[in-house]
Amino acid sequence: MVKEKIRVQVNGSAMEADVEPRMLLVHCIRDVFRLTGTHIGCDTSHCGACTVLLDGKAIKSCTFFAIQANGREVTTVEGLEKDGNLHPVQEGFWQEHGLQCGYCTPGMMICATAFLKENPKPTEDEIRVAISGNLCRCTGYVNIVKAIQYAATKIAAGG
Amino acid sequence: MIPPAFEYCAPTSVSEAIGLLKQHGSDAKILSGGMSLIPLLKLRLAAPRFLVDINRLPGLNYITEADGFLKIGALTREAEVERSELVRTKYPILADTAAVIGDPLVRNMATVAGNLAHADPANDHPATMLALDARVVATGPNGERKIPIADFFTGLFTTVLAHDELLTEIQIPVPTAGTSGAYLKLERKVGDFATAAVAVQLTIGQGDVCERAGIGLTNAGPIPVKAKKAEDVLRGRKIDGETIRQAARLAAEESDPKSDLRGSSEYKRDLVRVLTARALHRALERARGGH
Repeated sequence: MVKEKIRVQVNGSAMEADVEPRMLLVHCIRDVFRLTGTHIGCDTSHCGACTVLLDGKAIKSCTFFAIQANGREVTTVEGLEKDGNLHPVQEGFWQEHGLQCGYCTPGMMICATAFLKENPKPTEDEIRVAISGNLCRCTGYVNIVKAIQYAATKIAAGG
Repeated sequence: MIPPAFEYCAPTSVSEAIGLLKQHGSDAKILSGGMSLIPLLKLRLAAPRFLVDINRLPGLNYITEADGFLKIGALTREAEVERSELVRTKYPILADTAAVIGDPLVRNMATVAGNLAHADPANDHPATMLALDARVVATGPNGERKIPIADFFTGLFTTVLAHDELLTEIQIPVPTAGTSGAYLKLERKVGDFATAAVAVQLTIGQGDVCERAGIGLTNAGPIPVKAKKAEDVLRGRKIDGETIRQAARLAAEESDPKSDLRGSSEYKRDLVRVLTARALHRALERARGGH
């Protein structure tokens, strides 16, 4: 099958890849760009482990073709930290122990990052709805919600 | 899971897209939000040779009222419908529906038009559009045609759209005074298809007398069901506990759900009855508030 060249802005850097049209974005991110923070969980668009930002919107990268990202911006978990400083969402997950095994964490943090941009002062219910497409089988979500509340407070205080 | 190989094109105008569809005929599939198609490709339940990605078509993402209709462009995402102030205030049935499709991440990609064109009777918008008496605009090589939603679905995953037609717009009549609706869905978990769901849009006059009732059922038969007998029994009568019970019973009779992992057909039929009654009560409350 003929491969096509795509150019994607990934975490602020211009990246190129030669992809078959059927290559999923998550495979391109992990296997071509070698950014393995984005996980593959269910591979059936249910679990959200593969969540990335596409032009700032959280999507499931297992249900999107890499070729569709041509010319667009992708942010993965590796793009959250800036100049050695954790993003407030990352800090929240650390401080509030918002993880146990860690498998869902990158997708959960990416989802939370996009959500807090849209809704900087969410209620607990709004947070729970926002992460309802991201499954965690360890925590019971309590500390994940606390982590996102921590991040909201931190961002409101100026990051 | 890796989809079968296909050729890909992302046209940048509607005419280019239609040209590609015409050229490739039944070998081509339209890729919109992809939230149904990509899983089907990954499961290899579909294997089109050519994908026409319409996501780069300009000017198809809008929610606006004009000429007596709410117009929703083909590339409008569910998340945008869910958050639209216009939809939330004047078309609560649509906001109800968008909010229970997939999950928040799926709704960032999924489109209303795709939800209709995919013609899965388990999808949510078909019932809602039946309740609303919506119509869709199909654009093909010979221009546009408008199709009433009641004529749109012809079978499982099948519509009246020709291979070289694109669903470009959805048109919903602007509600008159005393009109409102609701969509109620029972799902086992977020992201699941409905065990059953019911869409109701009511117009009431003085003394809660029903001027118009639209009732659509999700996952209650091989194609989306318009519960006509239930609609008819309400028209011209006062909507109260008794007429709601009658309509709910008729809607259950009109449904034809299949037994599956989500429940037996008997259970689902009774669920249609319960959800119809609840949706009618909610629509009535909202319609009264809208006077």
